[in-house]
Amino acid sequence: MATTATAPAYAGAESHAESGLWSWLTTVDHKRIAALYLGTALFWFLVGGLEATIIRLQLALPNGNVVSAEKFNELFTMHGTTMIFLVVMPLSAAFFNLLIPLQIGARDVAFPRLNAFSYWVYLFGSIFLNVSWFVGSAPDGGWFGYTPLTTLAYSHNLNIDFWVLGLQILGVSSLAAGFNFITTIVNMRAPGMYFMRMPMFTWMSFITQFLIVLAFPVITIALVFLQFDRFFGTNFYEIAQGGDPLLWQHLFWIFGHPEVYILILPAFGLVSEILPTFSRKPLFGYPVMVYSGMLIAFLGFGVWAHHMFAVGMGPIANTVFGVTTMLIAIPTGVKIFNWVFTMWGGVLRFTTAMKFAITLVALFVIGGISGVMHASPPADLQQTDTYFVVAHFHYVLVAGSMMGLFGGVYYYYPKFTGRMLDEKLGSWHFWLFFIGVNLTFFPMHFAGLYGMPRRIYRYDVGQGWETFNLMSTIGVGFQILGVAIGFWNFWRSRTRGNIAGNDPWGAPTLEWSIPSPPPDYNFAKVPKVTSRYPLWDVKSPALTSNIPHSPAEEASLDIDVGGQHAGRVSRAIGNPPGGPVGASGEAPAGPSGPPPTPRRVPTAKELGIPMPNPSIKPLFVALFMTLMFASLIAIHKDKTQLAVALVIVFGSALTASLYGWLLTPLEDEH
Amino acid sequence: MSTSAIAHAGHTPTTTGLDHRKIAIWAFIGSECMLFASLISTYLIYKGRSRVGPFPHEWWCQTTNATSATGPIAGCPAGALFKPILNIPVTSQSTFVLLMSSLAMVLALAAVENKDKPGWAGPGFGGRILESSKLWLLATALLGAGFLCYQAYEFTSFVHEGLTIRTNLFGSSFFTLTGFHGAHVTAGVLWLLTLLAIDVKRGLGPRDALLVDISALYWHFVDVVWIAIFTLVYLIR
Repeated sequence: MATTATAPAYAGAESHAESGLWSWLTTVDHKRIAALYLGTALFWFLVGGLEATIIRLQLALPNGNVVSAEKFNELFTMHGTTMIFLVVMPLSAAFFNLLIPLQIGARDVAFPRLNAFSYWVYLFGSIFLNVSWFVGSAPDGGWFGYTPLTTLAYSHNLNIDFWVLGLQILGVSSLAAGFNFITTIVNMRAPGMYFMRMPMFTWMSFITQFLIVLAFPVITIALVFLQFDRFFGTNFYEIAQGGDPLLWQHLFWIFGHPEVYILILPAFGLVSEILPTFSRKPLFGYPVMVYSGMLIAFLGFGVWAHHMFAVGMGPIANTVFGVTTMLIAIPTGVKIFNWVFTMWGGVLRFTTAMKFAITLVALFVIGGISGVMHASPPADLQQTDTYFVVAHFHYVLVAGSMMGLFGGVYYYYPKFTGRMLDEKLGSWHFWLFFIGVNLTFFPMHFAGLYGMPRRIYRYDVGQGWETFNLMSTIGVGFQILGVAIGFWNFWRSRTRGNIAGNDPWGAPTLEWSIPSPPPDYNFAKVPKVTSRYPLWDVKSPALTSNIPHSPAEEASLDIDVGGQHAGRVSRAIGNPPGGPVGASGEAPAGPSGPPPTPRRVPTAKELGIPMPNPSIKPLFVALFMTLMFASLIAIHKDKTQLAVALVIVFGSALTASLYGWLLTPLEDEH
Repeated sequence: MSTSAIAHAGHTPTTTGLDHRKIAIWAFIGSECMLFASLISTYLIYKGRSRVGPFPHEWWCQTTNATSATGPIAGCPAGALFKPILNIPVTSQSTFVLLMSSLAMVLALAAVENKDKPGWAGPGFGGRILESSKLWLLATALLGAGFLCYQAYEFTSFVHEGLTIRTNLFGSSFFTLTGFHGAHVTAGVLWLLTLLAIDVKRGLGPRDALLVDISALYWHFVDVVWIAIFTLVYLIR
């Protein structure tokens, strides 16, 4: 390696090839795809936030006059759909892409071009969904799209067609990514990276992929039925023909409840990375954290009907689903306590990432407790369809998922870009967002308990809701300020942040053993792993003396907290480009430490590592697939022949580009 | 663009020793199970809930909507009485054809895996037949296409008898379920024909066995789904 490092001819050529629009359109590098996901999802976060702001302005005072009832319906539908499918899931996907290969010691995902395909489908699908604003018919049936409200009889414009087709397109993206990441985690772990040594983020992502792969087909079919009802006159949700509207609700929530865990488990994973690093302690109860994640996912498939207590399923069904729902509180509570015990007695460093992570732990408890309240059918009958529920799921998804994801951005930004985010701006971002979130969503509990229904576009004076609604709207102002400062921080630190070096935080997992940003091949030498915290084994062995270092120790669950396994640590990480890990003994103290001098990282060619070729074909396949789905809109306009013609044209283009993709080798022949 | 490329991956050792594509196809099949489970459940939930005929297993009377599982209904005007619509003898034939395609698929995989061992299947004409991967890939695709022809015939005759996807809940859920299955068979036939084209162009050998293996997994899965559909939709009343 050292001898090949003196070949400047390659360096120029490589860096030229790696910049410019074309390189982004054709990239199959999981880190660049992660950056694309991150950027796109943050953009849609602004759009979804704008929608929320208009909603809150309309509701700030009684008898609001900002938007019409129709626009209001479109706004809350698109706000929910955007935040779930275009923001939180893709933000999680950005971290899956960046971190899974790095954390398991792989050079890329299993199917790099399929990975690019997932991103492009997401991008085109999200654009398609939002094109509806410009043709004047954004989806307006709620993010859950209940029938018969969304059937042709009650919703005869294009609004719901955009929603149905958009979700079908986005589902393809999530499913393709699901197969890809399952294969990656099962099959691409570095030597010694046993399942019970995988970093917790990878574990939670692994579980999330199973949820995606098993839950998305169900909504696909529910949407197919709705689409067929609307386009071809089938009877699935036609009550006059004996169709049952509950069919939609069941199918939707069989998907919809696992979806909740799809949204939160990646954030749980990020927090489980951040807390140990800034507590200088291994994660408390690692095996139990893994099992509780599995249990949450497993139970998550058996609780869907708790969204439907009010539709009259009868006392037995209500009781069963109430009990299974309460059961989920157990593994979730286990996680909360494990995070608390991770911090307990640790050397805490309150970086911005740490603040976001602790906030998830604290505020998720609020959402969790109100969740247990709805689990009781009699209580739920009072709360359902009120602002109490809105408060509940915003505590789970904003104070939970978004806090964790922002924490992840602050923690992993140095790995993405090679530069640190500004901690001072980060602190402003955190505190304003924290105040804003609580000011917005906490009063909604009271508004709900005082009887304010969800989804109303205006309310009269004198019902006791004025103060709470005004507080919520003021809270949005704080959130906007916080997010604006955060985005400014993200933007300016790309070029002006401090140089990060390999491991700015003194973190324990493999991704911090390589340069920031990582070279395209990630690991010059595939690491050999001997414990859950390979970097601490090398840099600060005292921290990991209590964790198991052999499969036999990992297999036994009675891990002795006082036991000593020191001396069995490995020094076989071996990824020198950028300075050998642990060369300076203890880990750097934090962002204030002196920035290491950047050294030129050798290219893949110099190291003789075969890399996948860039390819534009995944983009074409994604584009033609989206256009094919989008063509179906014409059926609704009574232009069936046009629709058929367009589907044939784009379907043929899709098939041709798919064959072009599959028949082209991923790497050059060698 | 070279056809050898499609088989060319997996030169780096994997954690499990299995090729990535093998893991991925199993994950995909798991996902497909949920897809077909949703379709089949919907069919079963809506069974017997249609307001108007035709019905799958019951005699039905156009004017009164009165039905009987046993036979002609008293009070039904002459000429307005209709037979149950599902034709089990014909569908049994198509089921047989599809199951035979799975046999051909197994033989195709065996032929590809043993391509480097001439004479493995024994002497004589029979052995040469068994060794021909092209023959068995073609046979699988043709039997799959034969099943699709049966399905086209079935769909057409149902429409002539007055059952379309719009007629009633039975029509909607039946055509959607079997249509989705038929679409999967169609995709499988195209996949097999692609493999056949590669085989004709450059010959498939043991190093390509994985390609045939994953298509076989998919093909057998689609067959198994049909067995479930045939049992739950056609055989059980």
